[in-house]
Amino acid sequence: MSELLRERALVLMRAPGSFALAALPTLLAVCSALAMFSLFLLAQDVSPLEALRLMFKGAFGSSFAWANSLQRAAPLMLTALCVALPARAGLVVIGGEGALALGGLAAGSVAVMAPSLAVKAAVPLMVLMGALIGGLWIAFAGMLRQWRGVNETIGSLLLSYLGIALFNHLVEGALRDPASLNKPSTLPLPESWMVGAMPGLEVHWGFAFGAAACVLAWIFLRWSVPGFALNVVGGNVNVARLVGLPVDRLVIGACFAGGAAAGIAGAFEVAAVQGSANASLLSGYGYAGILVAFAARQNPLAVIVCAVLVGGIGASGSLLQRRLGLPDAATLVLQGLIFANLLAWEALQGRLANWQLRLSSLGARDV
Amino acid sequence: MSEAVVSTLAIGMIGGAIRVGTPYLFVSLGECITEKGGRVNLGLEGILVMGAMSGYALSYLSGSPWIGLLCAAAMGLCMGLLHGLICSLPRVNDIAFGIGLMLLGTGLAFFLGKGFIQPQAPQLPALSLGSFIADPRWRSALSINALFPIGVLLSLLLHWGLRSTRPGLALRLVGDHEGTARALGYPVATVRIIATAVGGAFAGVGGAYLSLCYPGSWSEGLSSGQGIMAVALVIFARWRPLGCLAAAMLFGAAGALGPALQSIGISSGYHLFNAAPYALTLAIMIASCRPRQTLGGTPGELSLTR
Repeated sequence: MSELLRERALVLMRAPGSFALAALPTLLAVCSALAMFSLFLLAQDVSPLEALRLMFKGAFGSSFAWANSLQRAAPLMLTALCVALPARAGLVVIGGEGALALGGLAAGSVAVMAPSLAVKAAVPLMVLMGALIGGLWIAFAGMLRQWRGVNETIGSLLLSYLGIALFNHLVEGALRDPASLNKPSTLPLPESWMVGAMPGLEVHWGFAFGAAACVLAWIFLRWSVPGFALNVVGGNVNVARLVGLPVDRLVIGACFAGGAAAGIAGAFEVAAVQGSANASLLSGYGYAGILVAFAARQNPLAVIVCAVLVGGIGASGSLLQRRLGLPDAATLVLQGLIFANLLAWEALQGRLANWQLRLSSLGARDV
Repeated sequence: MSEAVVSTLAIGMIGGAIRVGTPYLFVSLGECITEKGGRVNLGLEGILVMGAMSGYALSYLSGSPWIGLLCAAAMGLCMGLLHGLICSLPRVNDIAFGIGLMLLGTGLAFFLGKGFIQPQAPQLPALSLGSFIADPRWRSALSINALFPIGVLLSLLLHWGLRSTRPGLALRLVGDHEGTARALGYPVATVRIIATAVGGAFAGVGGAYLSLCYPGSWSEGLSSGQGIMAVALVIFARWRPLGCLAAAMLFGAAGALGPALQSIGISSGYHLFNAAPYALTLAIMIASCRPRQTLGGTPGELSLTR
């Protein structure tokens, strides 16, 4: 009995150690990215300490800053799922921006097609339409890969460019509200359709929706049979074929789910932030979502945390611009540095696996 | 449609094939070298944008477009070197790091290039091959930039180099079968790093073409994904430099469709016409790829087509 207890205690003691080891490359990557960013700022004659202080202030320094960060995190969680879900099947899909644009357009077109709908029907319909169009768009990239052997990274990005062209064509053409002169937009949603803020917060319901989607995705991948099958496909596709898993259906399904998430992100941007589909939708959430997914190591729960952090980086841009006169691309530079560092520090992971093994064998010897 | 309109359109497309196709040519030659060594560099898009920015900036600061061009090539070389070095570390995925480099390069270029959006930098000179023709449409179509003949020469040189020189054969061997190359004593990682760096320099030149020739100014929307399309273009060209030349001209013509249609007065739906290269790329990839089967000419170590 006491033996068993000791073993349990050892396992518990080991767990934080191995968790810390797993998080170590990510932490090191962020630290080295911040160091490089500081050097970059020094080269621009800007005090890095002041810039980092302002970034923290602009991201999480006040309730207004928090609201801004979380508002940006809402679409990021969903576009990150567009990368993370197909990644579980071994695909690198980077077409989230196009799916987001088309999802937003589909949501905006609901107001054009059926302006007299009741609120209770309109908002779910907008989300559903966004999910359907976004999902089909990315599922097409999955189909091209499974059925035609077209590389999904290039295919999804090309589809994304095509989607954005279609978006611009329709917003400036058939679906344009004639009253929108300077900034082509679709017909504005009726005031009552707008998705409001969550009680007690200044953040719209899209954030809760995104977080719930991440948790659901995690539960699906961790506990469901199709989720397990998807992980098998991602681990070794030959094994998956050998045991008779429907590989094509699983891969395309994962792409559809990811695209649907990105489409919903677009729908919420229209229904909660913009009020109509216009070019402001194309502000790079799809690309930043790639960073979020990789930083989270394609784990949907970690996506929530990383989306808030990356949202914070985006939110701090305007403060850097106003106080230090830095171009708004400063946040893009930091994001790029973090991304490149994350991937480069991945090299450490192999060494870490060795240490982890040694750690656990140490524990085993004690028992 | 009357005959004059059709001929204007055709001449516009021919001129456009060269004008719009030249950056595709340089970037795809760069990607071809990189992929021959067995690596994929999706970061060429970022390198292209960085090359466009640094070339324009240096041309403006120094007053000589050729110094700008050199700087763009050097910038591409450095970024390619970075990709080559990092991807030589264990467990680093070249496709993923390429995406990282794409985001980093675009961010850096937007940041550093903020001050160069307004001023006009000296441009690379154009050669007017059609000065003896009376028709002004032909004359403007045949006013060809100096970089195009250089690109054609380079693709011929690469065609010969990859086929019949020792370094070319070493590069192909490293890309086709790592084990054999290692057994023969070739430094696999070094060869790949050099190939990626040289490929980056080509992409930098392609970027400088965008800012120093056509469209001929620096702005944040300058690149429309040429770096990514070049990857698809190399697949279509089956990793042959002369194939890259032909494919780049085809893509250039597709890219010139929008402006050519506008010149004859068709301007509705120009977003769709401007997206023609993407649709063409996708269509070509659908037509030329096969599931679970590698194409002829594919470097064996390439992760892209597995």
